[in-house]
Amino acid sequence: MGGIDLAIIWAVIIGFGVIMYVLMDGFDLGLGILFPFAPDEAARDVMMNSVAPVWDGNETWLVLGGAGLLGAFPLVYSVFLPALYIGVFLLLAGLIFRGVAFEFRFKSRANRHWWNRAFCWGSAVAAFAQGAVVGAYIQGFAVEDFVYVGGPLDWLTPFSVLTGFGLMAGYALLGATWLIMKSEGHVQAWAYRITPTLLALVLAVFLIISLWTPFVNPDVWERWFGHIQLIWLFPVLALGCAVLIYQAVRSRREGLPFVATVGLYIFTYLGLVVSKWPVIVPPNYTIWDASSAPESQLFLLIGVLFVIPIVLTYTAWTYWVFRGKVKVGEGYH
Amino acid sequence: MELDPLLLSRIQFAFVVSFHAIFPVFTIGLASYIAVLHGLFYKTANPAWERLAVFWTKVFAVVFGMGVVSGIVMSFQFGTNWSNFAQASANFLGPMLSYEVVTAFFLEAGFLGVLLFGRGKVPQGVHLFAAIMVAVGTFISAFWILAANSWMQTPAGVELIDGRFHVVDWSEAIFNPSFSYRFSHKVLASFLTGGFVVAGVSAWYLLQKRDVEANKKALSMCLWLLLVLAPAQAVVGDFHGLNTLEHQPTKVAAMEGNWETSSHVPLLLFAIPDQANQTNAVEIGIPSLASIILRHDPEGVVPGLTEVAPEEQPPVWLVFWSFRVMVGLGLLMILVAVAGLWLRRGGRLYEHRGFLQLLRLMSVTPFVAVLAGWFVTETGRAPWLVYGLMNQAEALTPSLTGGMALFTLIGYAAVYAVVFWAGVYYLTRVVRQGMQDGEEIQGEVERPMRPLSASHTPFDDGPGSAAPGTQH
Repeated sequence: MGGIDLAIIWAVIIGFGVIMYVLMDGFDLGLGILFPFAPDEAARDVMMNSVAPVWDGNETWLVLGGAGLLGAFPLVYSVFLPALYIGVFLLLAGLIFRGVAFEFRFKSRANRHWWNRAFCWGSAVAAFAQGAVVGAYIQGFAVEDFVYVGGPLDWLTPFSVLTGFGLMAGYALLGATWLIMKSEGHVQAWAYRITPTLLALVLAVFLIISLWTPFVNPDVWERWFGHIQLIWLFPVLALGCAVLIYQAVRSRREGLPFVATVGLYIFTYLGLVVSKWPVIVPPNYTIWDASSAPESQLFLLIGVLFVIPIVLTYTAWTYWVFRGKVKVGEGYH
Repeated sequence: MELDPLLLSRIQFAFVVSFHAIFPVFTIGLASYIAVLHGLFYKTANPAWERLAVFWTKVFAVVFGMGVVSGIVMSFQFGTNWSNFAQASANFLGPMLSYEVVTAFFLEAGFLGVLLFGRGKVPQGVHLFAAIMVAVGTFISAFWILAANSWMQTPAGVELIDGRFHVVDWSEAIFNPSFSYRFSHKVLASFLTGGFVVAGVSAWYLLQKRDVEANKKALSMCLWLLLVLAPAQAVVGDFHGLNTLEHQPTKVAAMEGNWETSSHVPLLLFAIPDQANQTNAVEIGIPSLASIILRHDPEGVVPGLTEVAPEEQPPVWLVFWSFRVMVGLGLLMILVAVAGLWLRRGGRLYEHRGFLQLLRLMSVTPFVAVLAGWFVTETGRAPWLVYGLMNQAEALTPSLTGGMALFTLIGYAAVYAVVFWAGVYYLTRVVRQGMQDGEEIQGEVERPMRPLSASHTPFDDGPGSAAPGTQH
């Protein structure tokens, strides 16, 4: 391949897809988690309307990730999915329920409370399952000769339950700061009120996970307390973002809390990536072990490089078209 | 009782894929129909075409949305239940399925939004172009999926190294020996499905004397189309069968219920296959006809099931009867199309209540026929997953237990039951509401990007839902 390492290109693409998904579906899942705590039904309308034009575009990143993994890193696909079998089902069931609820809540009056429930529970279950996947990834998988050999519930440990609730809190934070940006009046006031609490919750989980992770996985310990000190930059920057969120909420800034939360996510994510790199199926398999044949990676790369700029342009355009505040009692016109 | 993860995984896959398959088979046909309606409106400026186009686009949006939702599950099934297969075939299957997603992305990103929400906002020519591109996109999606499926039926262009397939020739792998037959058969099936559904709904409106002018046009158009396509499907199906005879003789033997290789094989109309004793318990057939159909000669030798060991045979009764359901419904479709032609004399077509009622009932038959056809080709391949190279037991996820497979099987059934109920219930409301006139269409406010937003029919009759626009 003349020095081009396709595995690294694909790792970057998949890594980019994962963080895009987490950020973009994160805030709409977060709104679902916050749904039952909303002050009134009008606020719920605003919450849903604020994500209605974009949420299904957000979820397409998940589908691309699933198919892309099969094409580029089949080992990830064929180890993670069996190992997380029950979790994957819960994730998909949650996403389906909330997707259907999204559509039919708008068209429904008498049955609206049912769709509210489906939206909230679907979002909460999907967020928890994704967080548990992160925990399971940090723990590693029992793999022998490229085949998962563990049990059906190996992934479900106190640690992964913690990461599951942690991501729920994190998504709720993203949702709350998104709402600050997109709403006004009593809805925005409510979002300002809950943000510091959610931030404290996220930081508490963040702290416990950071202290716990090196014990769950000795390789991670080695990475962090070995000789590469530069990686400490990421947690420091993440904490900086957390301070910024707090300050921005206190001074009632509208866009900054969300931007800083996105920063918090990106630096935490990069911290997680450098803890593991280049291992992609912990504890033993690297991105090169997990790769499909080079000719397959190349064949797929052509199409993906063609379509990603189009999807990004379209996504940016959608967000541009639907910029601005969502008012109580109206949708997008 | 010991739960068998292999059997449960097969049932689960059959369930989720059957549930999924009914949506695209309809949307592929409907997308082309909508493009044609837009083209006719563009050319003639007759508002009836536009009314039809707007109505069927609403239906398309709902069905497309359900197809996407059920498709998400499909993209994870290979990993959860068939991880050895996923690992072995990823070099070929991964790019095929990813390209399908990429195509769908591209479609959704560009043209679906314009088709669903661009009416009155973009020039008419651009709107027509978007409708055509959506139709083209559905074909490209089907292309990748059927390339993957056909490769599993008649693998080509790959080399098996250390338990993994490596692609040596992409065009041989994609255009494998059964691909062109399967693709043509599927596209015709989609057109037949779209045609019979549109005909059935139009007939129902005509019975109620609603939108008579537009629905007469739609019904007439559909019946001309079906008159050509229903017999064409029989011919394509026959070629597909001959291709299967060449590459998967055991499947054809199961379809014919033929146990011993011989000449003068009868075409069985009815039989009760008895796999334990490797014979048919009862059989009624037309002498030598299977030989004539398959070899074009009564002396023609038709392979029998006993050419392979019993454990390498598919479940014969399922293949045998699914095949009869498919062919029987196909013949019924031809009869209905011909009856339609006959009723055109003297303009009885739009008045004959019995025929209109029959058309209503016929709108479900293509779905049954398509599922029966998939049952023939998929169960007929058993016990192979990649024909001749990898069997189902080898493909199964090694860590999967029967309990896990049963849990998710029940789970998916429950989830799909809710989704399906909501979707079908909502579709019937859209159809009941019927076509709206120009002003109503213009008055609607859009919340773009989501397929279902293309329809504004309320979900229930609760307070407030009757007044249009209250949800905005």
